[in-house]
Amino acid sequence: MLQMSKRDAASDAKGALCASRWEGILGVDRRIHRAMLSIAVVACSLSSLGAPTVAAPETVEVGVLQSLTGTMAISEVTVKNATLLAIDQINASGGVLGKQIVPVVEDGASDPSMFAQKAQKLIQQDKVVTVFGGWTSASRKAMLPVFERFKGLLWYPVQFEGNECSPDIMYSGAQPNQQILPALEWAEQKGYKSIFLLGSDYVFPRTANLILKKHITHDGGTVAGEEYVPLGGSDFSAVINKIKLAKPEIIFNTLNGDSNVSFFKQMAAAGLPSAKLPVMSFSIAEQEAKAIGPSLLEGSYAAWNYFQSLPDPANKKFVAAYQAKYPGSPVDDPMAHGYLDVYAWAAAVKKAGSFDADKVRKAAVALKFADVGLGSTAFAANQSLVQTAYVAQLLPSGQFKVLWQSKAPIDPVPYDPLSFPGKTCVL
Amino acid sequence: MSELTLVAGQLFNGISVASILLLVAIGLALSFGLMRVINMAHGEMLMMGGYLTYVSVSIFGKGAGFAIGLVVAFVGTALFGALLEVTLIRRLYGRPLDTLLATWGVSLILQQAARSIFGPVGVEVTAPAWLAGTLSLGGSALTGLSFPAVRLFIIVLAAAVLGGVGFTIARTRLGLLVRAVHENRPIAEALGTNTRLVDLAVFSLGTGIAGVAGSALALIAPVTPTVGQSYIVYAFLVVIVGGLGSLTGTLAAAVAIGVFSAAAQVFTSTSFADVLLLLCVIAFMQFRPRGIIAQRSRALDEG
Repeated sequence: MLQMSKRDAASDAKGALCASRWEGILGVDRRIHRAMLSIAVVACSLSSLGAPTVAAPETVEVGVLQSLTGTMAISEVTVKNATLLAIDQINASGGVLGKQIVPVVEDGASDPSMFAQKAQKLIQQDKVVTVFGGWTSASRKAMLPVFERFKGLLWYPVQFEGNECSPDIMYSGAQPNQQILPALEWAEQKGYKSIFLLGSDYVFPRTANLILKKHITHDGGTVAGEEYVPLGGSDFSAVINKIKLAKPEIIFNTLNGDSNVSFFKQMAAAGLPSAKLPVMSFSIAEQEAKAIGPSLLEGSYAAWNYFQSLPDPANKKFVAAYQAKYPGSPVDDPMAHGYLDVYAWAAAVKKAGSFDADKVRKAAVALKFADVGLGSTAFAANQSLVQTAYVAQLLPSGQFKVLWQSKAPIDPVPYDPLSFPGKTCVL
Repeated sequence: MSELTLVAGQLFNGISVASILLLVAIGLALSFGLMRVINMAHGEMLMMGGYLTYVSVSIFGKGAGFAIGLVVAFVGTALFGALLEVTLIRRLYGRPLDTLLATWGVSLILQQAARSIFGPVGVEVTAPAWLAGTLSLGGSALTGLSFPAVRLFIIVLAAAVLGGVGFTIARTRLGLLVRAVHENRPIAEALGTNTRLVDLAVFSLGTGIAGVAGSALALIAPVTPTVGQSYIVYAFLVVIVGGLGSLTGTLAAAVAIGVFSAAAQVFTSTSFADVLLLLCVIAFMQFRPRGIIAQRSRALDEG
C-alpha cells in the first residue's frame, strides 16, 4: 500500500515537471494553456509508461536518526556510520527480500524535540519501514509517542535505564541488569564500599542512580554522594569539591557527551586523576576515550556489553570492515549495537516475509541471527537483547582490557525488582 | 577535607567562574554597553578563539603553542570583528533589534562553518606543562584545599584584561574618544571625532577579548561548534546586572553571579543553582532595573 501510493505521487510529480518543460518549450498562450497542459501531461504519462521496463532495482527505505550536531555528536555520528556500514553490506549481498535498502539519514541535533519531529518526518513523509537511532534516553522518550501513534518500529542501540517497555521499540542496548548492576557486582567483589554517583541531569543517570542506590544500600555499601550537572555542562569545580569532601572509594559516572572531557580534565587539574580515585563510566567507550584523550582517562573503568578488543572472529571482521571505511576510527558498544540492529532487522524481515512493523517485531523475538561481534545473541520476549556484561580498564592505547565478564549472557530485565517492585513488561 | 575547606574551595570556584564570566562579558560590555549593539555572535567569537588556539597548539606544540594561541586568538577574532563591523554592524547602528537578528544569523553561519571545518565533535586543547599543576595548601585548617593552576591562570588573565581595558578607556587617547562618543555622539562628531573609526575600534576590541576568553576556556572544557551558546546568556546576564556601559558594574556582576552560583551549589544541585540564580537576577532587576552601577548618559537615555 505504502509503496503504491509513493510511486503514484512520484509519477504525478514527474507529470507536472514534464508539463512545465513543454510549456517552456512551446511558449504558452494563456488561452491554450489548459489544453497544452493536458496534452503535455498525457504525452509525458505515455512516455513514462514505457520507461519502467528498464529495471531499476527495487528499494525499501529505512530511517537513520542520530545527532550529527551538538553535544551528543561526539558519540552518535559513529553509530550512524556503523548503521550505514551494515546497510551497505546487506545491500552488497543482495538486500532484503530482493530489495536494496536506502537509508534516509536525519540529524536529531542533540535535541529531544528534534528527534520527535524528525521521527515523525521519517515515518509520515519518507514512509520508512523502520528507524534505527536515538542515543540519550531523553531522545528515546521523545520519540516513543511518535512510534506508538504511527505504529512504527524503532531500533534503539544504546544502554539505558530500563523502566520502559514498548512494543514499538527494539531495545538492543543493555538494560540496567546487563550493565550497571554487573558493574556494581564487580566493584563489590573488588571491595569498593563507598560509591559516589555523578551524572548528567536527565532521565538515564537519574534512574540508573535510583537503581544503584537501592542495590548499594541493599548490599551493605554506602552512597557517598549523588550529583548531577546539566547535559553539556562544563563546570565541575563544585562537584569536585563535594567529591573531595565525601572521599568515596570509587565514582560511578553517568555523564554523557562532551561533559566527560571537562570532568576528567578538571579532576586531573584538581589532583585527582583516575589512577588516584577510580572512576567507573557507563557512557565512555573507545570513541569517547579517543576524543577525551586516553592520557586523561588511563586506568579508569568502563562497563559495556561489547569492546573492540573482544576476540570473537565475527567482531574482528566487523572492526576490519569499519576501519577499511573509516581508517583509524575506534569501534565501540553502541556502534556494535547499531550494526547488529540492522542485521537483526534484516533477519526478522526475511523470517516475516514482510516489512510490516508489527510482523517484523514479532519475528525478531527469539530469532537467532548471524553473530556480528557480540557472540550469539537473540531478542528476548520483552524485545530487549540477551547479552554478556564486561568490565574493562582503559589502556594508554585507547583500547580497553577486559578484566571481568558475567558468567553467561544475561536475560534483560526492564523493571528492576528492587527499585520498581511489581512492575513487569507485558507486550 | 572539612566543611570549612568546602566553603573556602567554593569561594575560590566562585571567583574562578566569575573570572571566566568576566572575560566573556567584557567584550559584550563594550559592544552592548557602549554601542548598544546586541551581538548574538559574541559566543561564536569565543568559539573562534578556542579553535584558533587549538590550531596554534597543533602547529606549534603544547608549550609555546598556547601562548601563541592566546595572541592569535585575540588578533584573529579582533580582525574578524572588524570585518563584521564594516560589512554588517555599521549599517545597523541605532537599531538594536536588527543587530540582534543579523548577528544571530552570523552566529548560525559560524557554528555551521566550525562544524564543516573541524567536525561536530569537540576538539581539545591540552594545557601546557606550566599550567598542568595544582597549588595545594597544607598544614593549616585548609588542608586538602587545592587550586588548579589553570584556574589561577584564568583569574590572572581576566584581571589583566580588565586592567588593560580599564586603562585604555580611562587613560589613553582612544579611551578619551570612546568616552566622548559614548557620552554624546553628535557633539563628539561636531568636534571632529571620527566616530566610525571609534566604533570599529571598540567593536573589534570587544570581539578580540572574546577570542581571548575562548582561548582560556579551551583549557578547562572542549572546544565545540556550540561552545559559545552556553556562555552567551550568562554574558548578557552579567552585562545587564552590572549596568550598561560600566566596566566596574560588569566586574561586580561577574563576581556576584559567580560566587552566588558557587555558593548555591554547596547546598543544592548544579541545575537548581541556575534556577536560584535566575530568580535572584529577576528579583534584583525589579529594584535596580539599570543594574548595579546605573550610568547616566545621553546615549543611554535615548534608548
